[in-house]
Amino acid sequence: MSPNEPKITPALVAEHGLKPDEYERFRNLIGRDPSFTELGIVSAMWNEHCSYKSSKVHLRGLPTKAPWVIQGPGENAGVIDIGDGLACVFKMESHNHPSFIEPYQGAATGVGGILRDVFTMGARPIACLNSLRFGDPKHPKTRALVSGVVAGIGGYGNSFGVPTVGGSTGFHPRYDSNILVNAMAVGLAEKDKIFYAKATGVGRPVVYLGSKTGRDGIHGATMASAEFDDASSEKRPTVQVGDPFAEKLLLEASLEIMHAGCVVAIQDMGAAGLTCSAVEMGAKGDLGITLDLDAIPTREAAMTPYEMMLSESQERMLMVLKPEKEKEAEAIFRKWGLDFAIVGKTTTSSRFIVRYQGDVMADLPIKELGDQAPEYNRPFADPKKLPVLDPATIPCPVSIGAALEKLIGSPDLCSKRWVWEQYDYIILNNTLQRPGGDAAVVRIEDGPKALAMTTDVTPRYCEADPFEGGKQAVAEAWRNLTAVGALPLAITDNLNFGNPERPEIMGQFVYCVRGISEACKALDFPVVSGNVSLYNETNGRAILPTPTIGGVGLLNDLSRSSSLSFKAEGEVILLVGDTKGWLGQSIFLRTILGREEGAPPPVDLAIEKRNGDFVRALIQGGQATAVHDLSDGGLLVALAEMALASNIGAVLHDPLIEVPTHAFWFGEDQARYVITANSAELPKIEAAAARIRVPLQRLGTTGGHQLTLPGENPILVSSLQMIHEGWFPAYMEASPNA
Amino acid sequence: MKAAVLVFPGINRERDMARTLKLVSGKEPAMVWHADSELPKGIDLVVIPGGFSYGDYLRCGAIAARAPIMNAVRSHAAKGGLVLAVCNGFQIACEAGLLPGVLMRNARLRFLCKEVYLRIERSDTPFTRRYNAGDVIRVPIAHGEGNYIADVETIARLEGENRVALRYTAPDGKLNPAFNYNGATNAIAGILSERLNVLGLMPHPENHVDPIVGPTDGRRLFESLVETLEAA
Repeated sequence: MSPNEPKITPALVAEHGLKPDEYERFRNLIGRDPSFTELGIVSAMWNEHCSYKSSKVHLRGLPTKAPWVIQGPGENAGVIDIGDGLACVFKMESHNHPSFIEPYQGAATGVGGILRDVFTMGARPIACLNSLRFGDPKHPKTRALVSGVVAGIGGYGNSFGVPTVGGSTGFHPRYDSNILVNAMAVGLAEKDKIFYAKATGVGRPVVYLGSKTGRDGIHGATMASAEFDDASSEKRPTVQVGDPFAEKLLLEASLEIMHAGCVVAIQDMGAAGLTCSAVEMGAKGDLGITLDLDAIPTREAAMTPYEMMLSESQERMLMVLKPEKEKEAEAIFRKWGLDFAIVGKTTTSSRFIVRYQGDVMADLPIKELGDQAPEYNRPFADPKKLPVLDPATIPCPVSIGAALEKLIGSPDLCSKRWVWEQYDYIILNNTLQRPGGDAAVVRIEDGPKALAMTTDVTPRYCEADPFEGGKQAVAEAWRNLTAVGALPLAITDNLNFGNPERPEIMGQFVYCVRGISEACKALDFPVVSGNVSLYNETNGRAILPTPTIGGVGLLNDLSRSSSLSFKAEGEVILLVGDTKGWLGQSIFLRTILGREEGAPPPVDLAIEKRNGDFVRALIQGGQATAVHDLSDGGLLVALAEMALASNIGAVLHDPLIEVPTHAFWFGEDQARYVITANSAELPKIEAAAARIRVPLQRLGTTGGHQLTLPGENPILVSSLQMIHEGWFPAYMEASPNA
Repeated sequence: MKAAVLVFPGINRERDMARTLKLVSGKEPAMVWHADSELPKGIDLVVIPGGFSYGDYLRCGAIAARAPIMNAVRSHAAKGGLVLAVCNGFQIACEAGLLPGVLMRNARLRFLCKEVYLRIERSDTPFTRRYNAGDVIRVPIAHGEGNYIADVETIARLEGENRVALRYTAPDGKLNPAFNYNGATNAIAGILSERLNVLGLMPHPENHVDPIVGPTDGRRLFESLVETLEAA
């Protein structure tokens, strides 16, 4: 081993984020003291971010199979069959810690990383989505974080040339010091031309492609596996810098060499860079890998082996090529102006060997580096059940109209136009439903098929009841896809939680995952990829549990889809699903009364499925003219959104049910939709609903320029529009000290 | 019509443009690589598409404007050949000296993707003959640097020679600063060369041509080109 490396001390081990027993485990595995480079390698492989050591045991319970699933979790991204020889490749991933420290680059490289995951598998990215959570709007850092994150997401995706078609943005004080940036990418590939990380064949060249390796991002994954404290902003050097231009070239060059049949295996260099990608390719193929670091293209001179192995410089790939295609592959990469270097080879030894200037810097058992990573079944506390609030005990201090105006102009429910107008959502000319609807709809090539996609989670429900909250996140994604007429096919999950070493946080995680699992099973909606982000915690205060669900569905005929805007005057408005007026954990309770209390609405998955299948059949049968799912803010907020999207008002009846009026309009009962239909279709729709016992209630009629509620002053749609569109730009343009 | 679409590293709307040209003209355009020094034979329309050539890391379009293929484009234009330059293409055309002026960062310094209203200023050009002067069309923009600026003499000359092809307006066709989202001088969205054979514009007419996706107001620009070139 090289004489120039630092001596291993307990302090150095601790700095690498390894616990003493984890270090002992590693020493026993290799039968000696590790070198400094080896310590770096194991710290990269065994941190929470890369090893899933706290979460793995629970993730095994998730359903991952279905006849249409081609590849479940464990590869760069999940793959599902969408017919006609095509596959949809997708995944969501977090970039929370880096985005808090350096919002623009943190968010940008989050997008870059997830795009790479998708095109590494041979898919051309066709859409991006995201799910963002920021702290209290009043917190002094929030405005700058919003501004930087949104610009970073746009800066990367716009330049790369993929439409950002959907997402969500929310605020809560619990994200004050730990924002969430979850990015999802969706790509399209030929079903029989999917590329995997598994290396095959001995003595084949291991090739480095893309940008040069610099000193950025060293220990990024380790940083992302620890809590923040007051000195976290000093971790800025661990954040990588994105180069979307290089990524665009890497995309074109990678797809070109895949098309030319040069590639045996491919893995992008994401978290823990060269280390993770090389080990994964070898371990998956039961092969050893020898790397020669003298051949690594570096951005600066005198980088040490340790730095090269741990750099998280972006826009890099590792591939195993067919030896006879080496020259052809090199010519393609040179044409695109990218680095191409043979940096190693596959071996029979099952060892991961790293050489540099004649010395062996690391010699480790390749499979055990992954397989023997510590795995914890951490103690967890069962979450406490909160009482169910009786809506009759919850007052409504303002008129229904005033409450609606307040809700529709609140940070969580206001228009996010300020955000999504910074994203190019039209490039590729396939975006059929833009941001702002229930789910984005993207045409597949020239049609007639289309993909629907959405990201969803209701963190306050997850906090109040992790199990029901986990179910609800999946159900809402399923419902949003259904509301545009798509058949929901599969999800990617991005599980954001606090410190798993605290039993109450681990309890949130365990129960959310159980809830997700139960909902996925009931709705035939398997998990095909995902990411876990733990330690979203600062000075002992954790984020709200936020298991973001990214759902994908398929429309066989894009002409049989629906959107939320009212389509014409004089149509009947119908409510699908049962309304009990559930106000516990509702936006109404929080925004109007300043209370975050009670149990969240339960999700009955059988009813969810029945009601959703009913609505989808109406859409596909051309009977529903507009459809909107009910979620945050309940029925009246949904109706207002439908009016705002169309500039058509509505006259609404007295509900005539035994629920307090405000609970009827603002309750957040699940498994509900609002639909509109031509009145001639009404008898048929009512008969169909009665046949399968789907509750269906007439609400009123579309028309005019105002929302008219019984016993209330009419509300002009145009004035609601001003309120709805007003909050975000006003907030962003206000002085930080105002 | 025989169109060529230029491809520079970092360009990303070349596929949208090619698809639109095919949709409207029925013919596949030639995709021409930046490092080539000749256009394919018989090309009668050169399109410089949108994107982020060279990442826009230097002044937008500055590097692409110096690519080998641009000499061929300049001589094509000098002979009166048609050039359509959209978004990053407009920036490249300005940097290459095909059009005057420069595109600065948007007034609010943010990238903006939205539908805008454009007033067609003249219909006697190869690009706009299927519109009427005064028509207001809806076409999207998607750029961070579309704020057109030139010195006072150049602006006066462009206006004096009626070389402003398109302006950002309110839906009623009236000038209104609230609808000039990027802050362009005189709300200029697109300009023509002296001989009216080069059009540079920031908005993306190629993204509004397909009724399945949305409005189709951009389509007539491509129909104008087809009509011009098929008649020739």
